[in-house]
Amino acid sequence: MNVQFSSSKISTDDGLSPGETILHVDNISLSFGGVKAIQDVSFDIKKGEVRAIIGPNGAGKTSMLNVINGFYHPQQGTITYRGEERRKMRTHIAAKQGIARTFQNIALFTGMSTLDNIMAGRITLQKRNLIWHALWHGPAQREELEHRAAVEQIIDFLELEHIRKTPVGRLPYGLKKRVELGRALAAEPALLLLDEPMAGMNLEEKEDMSRFILDVNNQFGTTIALIEHDMGVVMDLSDRVMVLDYGRKIGDGTPDEVRNNQNVIDAYLGVPHDE
Amino acid sequence: MSAKDTSSAGGEPVTFPQYLILNAHRFGNRPAMRHKDYGIWQSWTWSEVYDEIRAFSIGCGKLGIKAGDKVAIVGQNRPRLYWAFCAIQALGAVPVPVYADSVAEEMTYVLNHAEVAFAICQNQEQVDKIISMGSELKNLKQIIYDEQRGLGDYDPKKLHSIDQVQELGREVVASEGDEKWNKSVAKGKGDDLSVMLYTSGTTGRPKGVMLSFNNLVVSARNANAFDQLDESEEILAYLPLAWVGDHVFSYAQAFVAGYCVCCPESPETADEDRREIAPSYFFAPPRVFETMLTSITVRMEDAGKLKQAMFKYFMDHANDVGESILNGEHVGFWKNLKYRLGELFVYGPLKNRMGLTHTKVGYTAGEAIGPEIFRFYRSLGLNLKQLYGQTEASVYISAQPDGEIRADTVGTPSPDVEIEIAENGEVLYRSPGVFMGYYKNDKATKSTKTKKGWVHTGDAGFIDHEGHLRIIDRAKDVGKLADGSLFAPKYIENKLKFFPNIKEAVAFGDGRNMCCVFLNIDLTSVGNWAERNNISYASYQELAGHPEVYKMMEEHVAQVNRELAKEEMMAGSQVHRFLVLHKELDPDDGELTRTQKVRRSFISERYGKLIEALFDGSSEQYVETEVVFEDGRKGKISATVEIRDATVNPPAHAIKEAAE
Repeated sequence: MNVQFSSSKISTDDGLSPGETILHVDNISLSFGGVKAIQDVSFDIKKGEVRAIIGPNGAGKTSMLNVINGFYHPQQGTITYRGEERRKMRTHIAAKQGIARTFQNIALFTGMSTLDNIMAGRITLQKRNLIWHALWHGPAQREELEHRAAVEQIIDFLELEHIRKTPVGRLPYGLKKRVELGRALAAEPALLLLDEPMAGMNLEEKEDMSRFILDVNNQFGTTIALIEHDMGVVMDLSDRVMVLDYGRKIGDGTPDEVRNNQNVIDAYLGVPHDE
Repeated sequence: MSAKDTSSAGGEPVTFPQYLILNAHRFGNRPAMRHKDYGIWQSWTWSEVYDEIRAFSIGCGKLGIKAGDKVAIVGQNRPRLYWAFCAIQALGAVPVPVYADSVAEEMTYVLNHAEVAFAICQNQEQVDKIISMGSELKNLKQIIYDEQRGLGDYDPKKLHSIDQVQELGREVVASEGDEKWNKSVAKGKGDDLSVMLYTSGTTGRPKGVMLSFNNLVVSARNANAFDQLDESEEILAYLPLAWVGDHVFSYAQAFVAGYCVCCPESPETADEDRREIAPSYFFAPPRVFETMLTSITVRMEDAGKLKQAMFKYFMDHANDVGESILNGEHVGFWKNLKYRLGELFVYGPLKNRMGLTHTKVGYTAGEAIGPEIFRFYRSLGLNLKQLYGQTEASVYISAQPDGEIRADTVGTPSPDVEIEIAENGEVLYRSPGVFMGYYKNDKATKSTKTKKGWVHTGDAGFIDHEGHLRIIDRAKDVGKLADGSLFAPKYIENKLKFFPNIKEAVAFGDGRNMCCVFLNIDLTSVGNWAERNNISYASYQELAGHPEVYKMMEEHVAQVNRELAKEEMMAGSQVHRFLVLHKELDPDDGELTRTQKVRRSFISERYGKLIEALFDGSSEQYVETEVVFEDGRKGKISATVEIRDATVNPPAHAIKEAAE
């Protein structure tokens, strides 16, 4: 008997058509005590695009991601996600609403296998409660099988077959990053936030990761917002790029526009700052 | 007219599509193919496979593949690529499998030389490669692919998925039936061209070996009879599709016997998948057996004291009596009992670990296997044998019959094969498996195959007193040192490579006054040793040049020299000087063939400076080498390589003379 998984396609369909705005950030400001991490930044993310956020160290990129997924709460400004304005948001609600992310410094469950880590990503999609799952038989088991099928699709997609049962702690860095991407994908996100997916990788790993990001975007139609320092990668992958410097937006547009933006060049090549 | 030949008419099938129809009749519900996908073994029975192939084949016909067309098959071991062979042959067209890891340039040559009109690719990687050749492929019309991923926004005019092609075929079957297709299958004759396999070519450009259905079907039938293989076998298909061995084991023999072929999930998981399948018939080049043994040894070193003691105790016993028991000799009650206990505690679990629990027959070929390694597997009770073969012979030239197994021979002539040794020591053979000729290369055909059908193997060897064939080296590589003593590089290299720490060795000496070698360390084994001995290193290059590693290599070379000194013929070619190469020899750089054989002439050109340094007595040499990365880009690595003198022994027979 052949088990066919084609029926259980990973889907990130959220009813929006490509090009519609999925997330709108208006005049956000965020500060920690006296430190102004983000100052009056507005931008949007459109369905189906790869949106990059770049900027020198400490520019507020990760803070921006943390604002989007509800970990930080901006003191000013509004965030509109899929047409709904929100001010205070908890991360697990953001996750339920289809925002998934990976982290700059890998945050996997190191003692668990690749398979279990990715299964963990399905938790927001679980319908049965803890007691059902403790009992295991019946509906919970059926549900688990469905989740497993979806996870196997991701394993196949990201070519993780050979490490399916390997504890994540034993994996090399590049693979860990890929497992993390897998876990984020398992939540079938409408918006996927990647925090420096290619940091610390060698050229070949970067190429692989770029290919996977493009394929995710292509095949599942997932909207992706990513932070990355490797300019070559950013310019090749993204549809639109936003540039932050000292918490302010200094540029926004297609890779070409950004590349020729004098402010951006100054920020990166270093014009003497008035500090 | 020849329709009478087919199975449906009751006659013996002569082509693989005809065998497919027969198998669908006789083994309809038996498994024909398995593939691990999405973490589960999916399987197809012969009647399902028949259905799939028929749809695929008719669909291909609709796309325009017709009799005589050459169709490239590019990819790893996937069920649908194996089906592609049969689907194409059913139309009278000819499959041309290509090594999936070839770089675009190598592939361009083969595809152009074969005048390939269609290509069936596994995935985006291979499709990209073919598209990148662009207008250089003059004959290519359409590309068919297996895996959709990443191919979404490619131009659909020239690109079709196998699903679409099969859909086309199913529509035709539904509307017109499959009579036309059956007729086309029935038209197949035994002496038709069945497949073209490009030899990896240790010298020059690859040549297209044309094999007929008769060549393959008769060879497969003989081989199945030789080892009593039937429809109950399960094998794991994990070697390159383009290699004759895989074509014969996983396709020809499988179709003729009707056994089940299992495809691993990915090349990296082949070991794990083998464990799950536990194949009953297993083929692997010596390298695979070496790697398995190395990993067991390494893991045993990490095991607890009790396990280590048990392993040692029972392995010693196996060394003692294992082979005799396997050969069916009597060893006495107590020894037998102890061996059985060993089977329970050590041998059984070990075999299970390697996925060889159900292995009825295992073969190794392609290179010489280390006697220790060979003995290890046999003493575990695994019926491992050696065979000698070539693409031009549809594999089988000689094989070891059960009960007559020795590490240093390749066995007696296979059924229906005649072997002769030419005056210069070259091995010649004649058999029903002898190829039709090289495609578009009559000159090479004439120089290889005589009018009477004898084929030059290019290997030097002799028949020993028990009628077993022994191979020494490539005939053209066997040379002489300046003092006239025999120089057989491969013989020396193999002796060196039997050390787990040495991955590759290249010997030089023809026409020179002494023999010198390049060594490549084995990163797994030496790396592990380094870890154990607190030797830190940052790169392959650094480890290779480490003084401690050099010391270890020096000991290995000294031991080989001691062994060589004992042999009258070889004592003159002891290794005088050696160096450890700063980079791993790699097929991507053209230093090895795709089947991992050393390309001697290329290496001597590329490392000319190092060779000169070996012979002129310098103690180190600076060298710059160009390397090709996987994506085709080029880079350079440079190093100063140290050269050392080795301990050379006086020949044993000379000592004897002096003593007398």
